Amino acid sequence: MMNSLHIDASKCTGCLQCEMACSYENHGIFATSKSRIKVFEFHSTGRKVPYTCTQCAEAWCMHACPVGAIHEDKATGAKVVNETTCVGCKVCTIACPFGTINYVADTGKVQKCDLCGGNPACAEACPTGAITFVDASWTGLDRMRSWAEKLDTTVKTA
Amino acid sequence: MKHVILGNGPTGVVAAENIRKQRPHDEIVVVGDEHERPYSRMAIPYLLEGKIAESGTLLRHDRNHWTERRIGLVEARAVSVDTDARRVTLSNGEVLPYDRLLLATGSKPVRPPIPGMSLPEVVSCWTLEDARAILERLRPGAKVLQMGAGFIGCIIMEAIANTVGKTGGSLTVVEMGDRMVPRMMTPKASALIRAWSEKAGVEVLTSTRVTAIEANVPRGGLLSPVYKAKNTKERVDVSFGDGSSRAFDFVICATGVAPAIDYLKGSGVEIGKLGGIVVDNRMRTTAPDVWAAGDCTESTDFSTGELMVNAIQPNAADQALVAGANMAGGDARTLGGLRMNVLETFGLVSTSYGQWWGAEGGDHVELVDEAAFHYIRLEFLGDRVIGATVVGRTHHIGALRGLIQTGARLGSQWKERLKADPNRFMDAYLTAALSLA
Ligand SMILES: Cc1cc2nc3c(=O)[nH]c(=O)nc-3n(C[C@H](O)[C@H](O)[C@H](O)COP(=O)(O)OP(=O)(O)OC[C@H]3O[C@@H](n4cnc5c(N)ncnc54)[C@H](O)[C@@H]3O)c2cc1C
Ligand code: SF4
Repeated sequence: MMNSLHIDASKCTGCLQCEMACSYENHGIFATSKSRIKVFEFHSTGRKVPYTCTQCAEAWCMHACPVGAIHEDKATGAKVVNETTCVGCKVCTIACPFGTINYVADTGKVQKCDLCGGNPACAEACPTGAITFVDASWTGLDRMRSWAEKLDTTVKTA
Repeated sequence: MKHVILGNGPTGVVAAENIRKQRPHDEIVVVGDEHERPYSRMAIPYLLEGKIAESGTLLRHDRNHWTERRIGLVEARAVSVDTDARRVTLSNGEVLPYDRLLLATGSKPVRPPIPGMSLPEVVSCWTLEDARAILERLRPGAKVLQMGAGFIGCIIMEAIANTVGKTGGSLTVVEMGDRMVPRMMTPKASALIRAWSEKAGVEVLTSTRVTAIEANVPRGGLLSPVYKAKNTKERVDVSFGDGSSRAFDFVICATGVAPAIDYLKGSGVEIGKLGGIVVDNRMRTTAPDVWAAGDCTESTDFSTGELMVNAIQPNAADQALVAGANMAGGDARTLGGLRMNVLETFGLVSTSYGQWWGAEGGDHVELVDEAAFHYIRLEFLGDRVIGATVVGRTHHIGALRGLIQTGARLGSQWKERLKADPNRFMDAYLTAALSLA
């Protein structure tokens, strides 16, 4: 079974180590605005929710891309953007119903979580265990995945 | 089992790949009538702009992609389909028998019936061949007229304006409607895009009609061809509805497209009122073992339940996946197509989703910051978001699709919060749709 990101929001303290680690890993700088994982803060409940791509099987981004710039990494299951091929059309960003693939105006390309090739920097940086990289069969992202099925315009009963 | 797919655009290609994944031993043949490797029309603006080479428009970049998947590519035009005998006749005289057939022939540009539309100075912007014709005519200093400021027109505008703008040329855009991108943007959002485009140097004429185009014949007589070439600047005279006329070097016609379905005459495949192939929620046509998907179909709008021709890339991919799964023996169904568009004009990004124009009995919130070119409008029906228009923001934009397509109930609290600040749609989504917060 492939590993995937497991997020336990109840453990998140909002320290933003994950955002820092992500931006450093992918852009070489500590800039939370460039991070592919984002911690949402809910002031009304005090809850903090780290949020990123679940590498869903539906992969709307990948199928919608007009030039085949997104592929599935066979080893990690991650859907990965090839920046050289990407023309920056942003169709993937509107097709992804989770809002987890985003346009970066500086580069004119899109970015999304690629699981850092199998060793996610966010999980490594998280001091509380709110983000872990574990066997996919017991991740709490199942809830989000089941939403993926509900969101799917295509109900598969085959 | 032999699958024949007519059309090698995104729809045909995604469907073929999907069938192959599920049916390793079936025969798959994809027919396309353009003299190109399978490519994506959507990449054309980036080619015009010089951001990519022609090879950058390819749908799949690995040359072995097709042979590895044993997907046969045939270059020919389908001229007729016999759904009783189950065969397709091609322009090269060949007859292709099929067990299962997919119609994925996309759409073709339509030109208004006005004099002069067949002049060589009038070009469409739909195929790679068209893009080459435009690039050939985009000479330094060229004065260009573009007919149509719909979605496609606005997408190519930047490439044209940037190219001619650098060399003292100009781009004028005429639109019959009273605003730019009328079928994708609210009036306020359109106004922002217009103001922004004008700042970038484009001349925009709305509620304006081109009534005739005439070749601007150089003053003849005994003058040498060299003299004529030097002294003829603009090549066409364009007349407008108000009686005025102006000269341009060439005209790009982007006045709309219609499903490409000529070859279906007499086939028994039903064509609907909107001119598209009628399909059910499994992408089946009215003929046995014939499916259709993408731009050439008319299908149910997820938002309104009414029929529409949803000629956009994400719809092509979604429908191709459904058709492909069913042709491979599965039972996939669509819940209807969602309207969704993203447009970039000179760096200003705008997006719309679903029933962005609102529904009867619904309400909305609209926030405009004209100076910053920021805009967001959410349409509600009860406590659900049913449509959205956004200008100047791209972050987490996809969550709007999620909110709309899950039909997530916001509850009165989150609806009120969104009405106070619609930019918090991501928080609403995490709470109401994903129950993460
Ligand atoms: C300049 C431009 C920009 C665009 N930008 C966007 C965008 O930003 N976002 C978006 O969502 N959409 C965009 N689109 C629209 C998008 O490209 C289409 O929705 C998409 O290509 C539809 O895919 P399709 O496979 O159904 O049809 P097509 O891509 O049209 O492919 C159909 C293929 O079938 C072939 N064919 C037709 N008739 C026959 C026949 N009788 N026999 C054999 N072959 C035949 C055609 O030549 C063509 O190659 C753009 C289009 C253009 C032209
Ligand atoms: S923005 Fe890039 S990755 Fe996304 S659909 Fe367009 S080309 Fe593909």
